Parts: sequence; C-alpha cells; structure tokens
Amino acid sequence: MQLSEKHRAYWQKNLRITAILLFLWFFVTFVLNWFARELASITILGFPFPFYMAAQGALIIYVLIIWFYARYMNKLDLEYGVHEGEDE
Amino acid sequence: MATQSQAAFTASLKKYYSFYTGGFIGFVILLAILEQMGVPNKWLGYMFLFATIGLYAGIGIMSRTADVAEYYVAGRRVPAFFNGMATGADWMSAASFIGMAGTLYLTGFDGLAFVTGWTGGYCLVALFLAPYLRKFGQFTIPDFLGARYGGHIPRTIGVFAAIVCSFTYVIAQIYGVGLITSRFTGLEFGIGVFVGLAGILVCSFLGGMRAVTWTQVAQYIILIVAYMIPCVWLAAKQTGVPVPQLVYGYQLEKVTAREKVLNDANTPEGKKEAEVRAILKGKADAAAAALKDPAKAYVDNKAALEVKLNEMKAANAPADQLKAAEDAVAKYPKDVEAAKAKWNKEKGMAARAAPIRAHADMFPGKDDAARNTSRLNFLALVFCMMVGTASLPHILMRYYTTPSVRDARMSVFWSLFFIFLLYFTAPALAVLVKYDVYHNLVGSSFAALPGWAAAWAKVDPGLMNISDLNGDGLVQLAEIVIGGDLIVLATPEIAGLPYVISGLVAAGGLAAALSTADGLLLTIANALSHDVYYKMIDPHAPTTRRLTVAKTLLLVVAVIAAYVTSLKPGDILFLVGAAFSLAASAFFPALVCGVFWKRANKLGAIVGMSVGLGTAMYYMYTTYPFFGGTMASSWFGINPISAGVFGVPIGFLGVIVGSLMSPAPDREVQELVDHVRYPVLAGDIDTRGT
Repeated sequence: MQLSEKHRAYWQKNLRITAILLFLWFFVTFVLNWFARELASITILGFPFPFYMAAQGALIIYVLIIWFYARYMNKLDLEYGVHEGEDE
Repeated sequence: MATQSQAAFTASLKKYYSFYTGGFIGFVILLAILEQMGVPNKWLGYMFLFATIGLYAGIGIMSRTADVAEYYVAGRRVPAFFNGMATGADWMSAASFIGMAGTLYLTGFDGLAFVTGWTGGYCLVALFLAPYLRKFGQFTIPDFLGARYGGHIPRTIGVFAAIVCSFTYVIAQIYGVGLITSRFTGLEFGIGVFVGLAGILVCSFLGGMRAVTWTQVAQYIILIVAYMIPCVWLAAKQTGVPVPQLVYGYQLEKVTAREKVLNDANTPEGKKEAEVRAILKGKADAAAAALKDPAKAYVDNKAALEVKLNEMKAANAPADQLKAAEDAVAKYPKDVEAAKAKWNKEKGMAARAAPIRAHADMFPGKDDAARNTSRLNFLALVFCMMVGTASLPHILMRYYTTPSVRDARMSVFWSLFFIFLLYFTAPALAVLVKYDVYHNLVGSSFAALPGWAAAWAKVDPGLMNISDLNGDGLVQLAEIVIGGDLIVLATPEIAGLPYVISGLVAAGGLAAALSTADGLLLTIANALSHDVYYKMIDPHAPTTRRLTVAKTLLLVVAVIAAYVTSLKPGDILFLVGAAFSLAASAFFPALVCGVFWKRANKLGAIVGMSVGLGTAMYYMYTTYPFFGGTMASSWFGINPISAGVFGVPIGFLGVIVGSLMSPAPDREVQELVDHVRYPVLAGDIDTRGT
C-alpha cells in the first residue's frame, strides 16, 4: 500500500480544518471564559454576555463545529476519491 | 432484516419510532384521564414504572441475537440519526436529568462548567476520534489500543481503566434507579434497586449492544419529552412565552434585582434576611465554640437549659414558653457523641449565614487571589469534563455501530444536537425555579405556604426544609434549605401541572438512569468477555461460547453492581465526577497519538497511559478528604475532581518520551494508521472485527 500525493493532500487538508475548528473550540471555551468578569457588563437577551455564552452560545457553536466538520469531510472524501460506497 | 437495504431499514425505523412516540403520548394522555377520574397517585406511579420497563423489555426481547457483530456493535447498521439519539440517552445519566438543573440552581454561573464541559467534549470526539475508530471497526476501545500498540500490556491497562471509570459510574446510575423507583412507588430502596436491575438486564441481556441501542432510542424520546413539558409550561406560566431558553435571560435580570434587595439590609425584606442570618451565625458560632471542648460544653449547656426551665417555672412563665423550654431539655442530646454530631451540623449553618450568592456572578471570591483560583478551577473543570467525555469508553464504543465513516461523523453531530436540547434547557429551568422561589415562596406566610413547598417539606426534609427561625411567621430566603434534586422533581408542581406529569418526570429520570447504566454495564462486561477472555485467554473460542461468556459476565457484573448499590455507599458517589478525570488521563493521549502520530509506539502508550492515570489517581489521593488528603497539598489550588488537568498533559508527555526512547513502530502498524486515516484506501488492509 503506497500513499499517493493526493492522499497526502487529503490528510493535510483534514489536519488544517481540524486545527481551525479546534482553535475556534478553544477560543469559545477557554479564552472567552477567562475574560468572563471583564465581559460581564455586556448584555444580550437580558443575560450578561459570558453567562449567555457558557449556557447557550458556546453550545450552539459546538453543534455547528461538528456539523461543519462532518459536511466538509464528507465532501472532501468524494473530492479525493476516498469515499465509501453507499450501503456498505 | 439482514438483507434489507440500509435506506429501507432507516425508513422502517423512522416509522416504528414515530408510532412509538405517538403511542407513548397517547399513554400519558390516558393516564391523565385516569387521574381526573380519581385513580390514586400511587397507582399512576406503578403504571408508569411497569409500562416503561415492560416496553424496554419488549424491545430487548425483540432484539435478541446470537451473532457476535450484532451483540457487540448492533450489526454496524445504526443510522447516524438514531445513533445520535442512542448516544444522547447513553450519555445523559440520572445526574444530568435530575441533578444538573439543581447544581445550576445552587451554584449559578459556576455550574455552567458542567454544561459547557459535557457538550464541548463532543467536538473532541468528532475531530479526533469517532471517524477513525469507526474505520478501525472492531468492538471495544481496548481493541484499538491492542491493535495499534501491539501486545497485551496496552490492552490490559485499557481494560483496567475502562472498568475503574465505568464501575463507580454505574453504581451512581443504579442508585438513581433505586431512588426514583422507591420515591414514586413506595417500594423500599433495596427492592427498588433490584427492580431497576431487572429493568437494566431486560434491555441488554439477550441482545447486547443491539438491544441496548434500540431501547436507548426509546429511552431518549421519553426523557426529552419528560424534561421539556414541565419547563415549557413553567416558562409559559411565568412569562407567557413557551420557549424557556429564549426568555430566561429576562427572568435572570429579575432574579439578580431581587438578590440585591434581599442582600441589602436597608430594605425591609433585606433587614429580615439579615436578622435570620445573624441567628444562623449565632448558632454556628455557639456550635463551633462548643466543639472546642465538647465534654465541658455538654455539661454546661445542659445545666444552663435546666436552670432556665426552673427560672421560668418559678416566675410562672406563659404555658407556650414553658413548653418550649421543657422540649429543649427533653430533646437535649443523650450523650457527648450525639451532641458533637448536632454541633457539627449547626457549625455548617455558617454557610447559610453568608449573603446570597448572585446567580450570574462569575468566579466569586473574597479577594482577587480567590477569584483567580475560582476562575482557574472553572476552566480546569471544563477541560476535564470535555476530555473525559471524549475518553469514556461507553460513549466512544457507540461510534463503532454506524454503517460507515461518513455516518460516524454525522452521528456525532446528531449526538450533540440531542444532548444540547436538554443541556441548554437545564440552565433555563434553574433560573425559572429560582424566580419562583424568590418571588412567590419568599415572603409568603408559614400558615399559607405554596402547595408544592409544603408538600415537599413534608415528604423529604433532605430536599426541602423551611423553618421560621426569627418567628415572624413569614418565609425568609435564609430560612429555606433546598436540595439540588428538588428542582427537576418539583417543577411540575411549581408549574401547577397534574400528578401525571410528575410521574412522567420520574419515568424520564428512570429512562436516563437505565440507559446510561446499560451502556456502562455492557462496556464493563465486554471488556472482560471480549478483551480479556477472547483476545487474551482463548482466541480460538467458537462464537457460541464467546456469547455465552459475554452474557454470563454481563449478569455477574450487573448483580455485583446492584449488590454494592444496595449497601448505599453514599461515600463513593462523589467519585463519579472523578471518573472523567481518570478516563481523560488514561485514554485520551494514547488514543489521539495513535491516530495522529505514526511514531507513537508500544512503550510510549504504556508509559503515557500509566503515568497519566497514575498522576490523576495520585492527585486525588492527596487532595480528596475521603482518602485522608487535604487541599493544602493541592497544586495551584485545583480541586481533586479536575485532576485530569495534570494527568492529560503528563500522559501526552509520557507517550512522547516513551515513544522516542524506543524504536519506531514497524511497517504493519504504520499501515494500520494509514488505514484508519482514510475512509477508503486502495489495497487496504482489513481490520474489521469478527
């Protein structure tokens, strides 16, 4: 089994999107909460902004991260010819 | 069904579960009608209990199987959407369903660490693990460790860690089952545990993962309906808008305003609160003083009470005062030990004597240093819950059951979506109940308490306790003690819903506990039957014997777990939170490096897993009071529950150092890594489990 250039490119792209999404996850989770006290004066829907993010906003972003990754990778599989047949 | 195409299979599943959901709603309506006709509550409780367990049993029996792949991974044809629901039920335990809103009620913003932690972890599952494990495609998590790193040692450490994490967790679930059953049917706790055990076994015994999967889908539907109805109703009642998640920000503003009033001694209500807090503080201080020399205080206090009684008698005090003084003497503790216990309890009242902690306040603390430690602990807890989520074997193993890698990716999305529905509701529920308590219960008179408060105070003083400490006949906030579990259990009554909804909530809590217990028991039994027996002891065992061993072990583990639970080991329940840190430290570095770093090898895995797990265990051992540890020996003031914050990085370091110290893995392992990285690869090896 020998990996072609195409295979390597597929894996590089996978690593890149993984890193980008991981950064987003890290920012929403750790950076925002680190500055929670400083951001508390901003209000959204009646919530202090950090409270909203920890209770709802971050969760929505997590769901979107996973949805985006699944969609992106499933497309990438097709593009690079490493997709599975239907009904396997 | 094996010949059916995947699309047709999915379509028929949708049909079955739509009918099922409709049928369940019909059943609830029928019970509501029965309630109106005057059927007693106890009967309704029994009907909910036995109807739902009977239902799970039906699915369990229909899903019986004699096929190894069906037994261990549900035949690998669970569609992404349904695997998402099953994972949701597998994931959400009694603690999520009943405990979470209560934790949020009691701790405010700090409790959100669990909400973010237990959802954000799925990002790690999606990005680092699920698709790759699915491509690998065997039966258990130790399987992957065994194949990737070779030899029995990584697999054995995996089995050990899987059992340690899952066993304490499963006991908490069975405990939850016992509590719910006994509360809603009046059965004894021990009997409730064994009724629950039967409920767990009917789901998994005959059909393994296949049966567990389809019952979990059914259990998810019940638990989400049961969680939403009371909360939506309460939101509609309070705000007129039946979307609690959208409107509770405004209720939170009102709660915050109310907190300020109650904390301000210049307002009439704040003054009374301060009065009650002073009484509590006085009691706590007196108890603390008495504890310094208990033997002397015991004699002195008793003498003082008797002197007071005699003085009153001499002065012809009014009858009620005299009666109170007589009671005080009669109820005085029998001996020094009993008095010590009483004083220790009263000393704890000091916590209630503090001003109200604002719900939306982030990282409270007396000074900047304390606030920074509090923030550090919040983030550490979030980190451990997240990495732990991505390392718990009973969750990861669910992604072996999808038909393909692309389904595995989508199925993580559906998993988090279904979990999200409950988790973004829990903080809303906490705020809505707090609003009700602060506005309707506080300030009401003891003669006419709101119905739910009076009822729960009578049923369970551990969950709800109100006493008129300053004797003004009105309820002050400082006079109320609420147990966290009350929030979810009492919401139907607070919202003014009929008893049938309380029964529904109990059925939902039962579904949450049963589904998680099933996933965990299966993980433990499979680690023993597949990894230990088949892979290490008898690799040539025929299928029938493998399944017999698997089912026997399931039964044995279940009975042991139920027996341990029936001893009511309240002390070990706190270890459930610790399971996340332990799983994270043991599994996460080795699993992730196994996919993303080809150079990682056997020695690296062995070193990484053992030092990671060892560090986390050591840290807990030196800091948990249960083991005789103290926070004085903590590092950076991190709480023991977050030990993973040290265990995970050290685990990664261990994998790296151990791997670099020994030769690179051979060609076969390199090929295995390529194999899991690409959904399809020409000339690929085949690792599918048989």
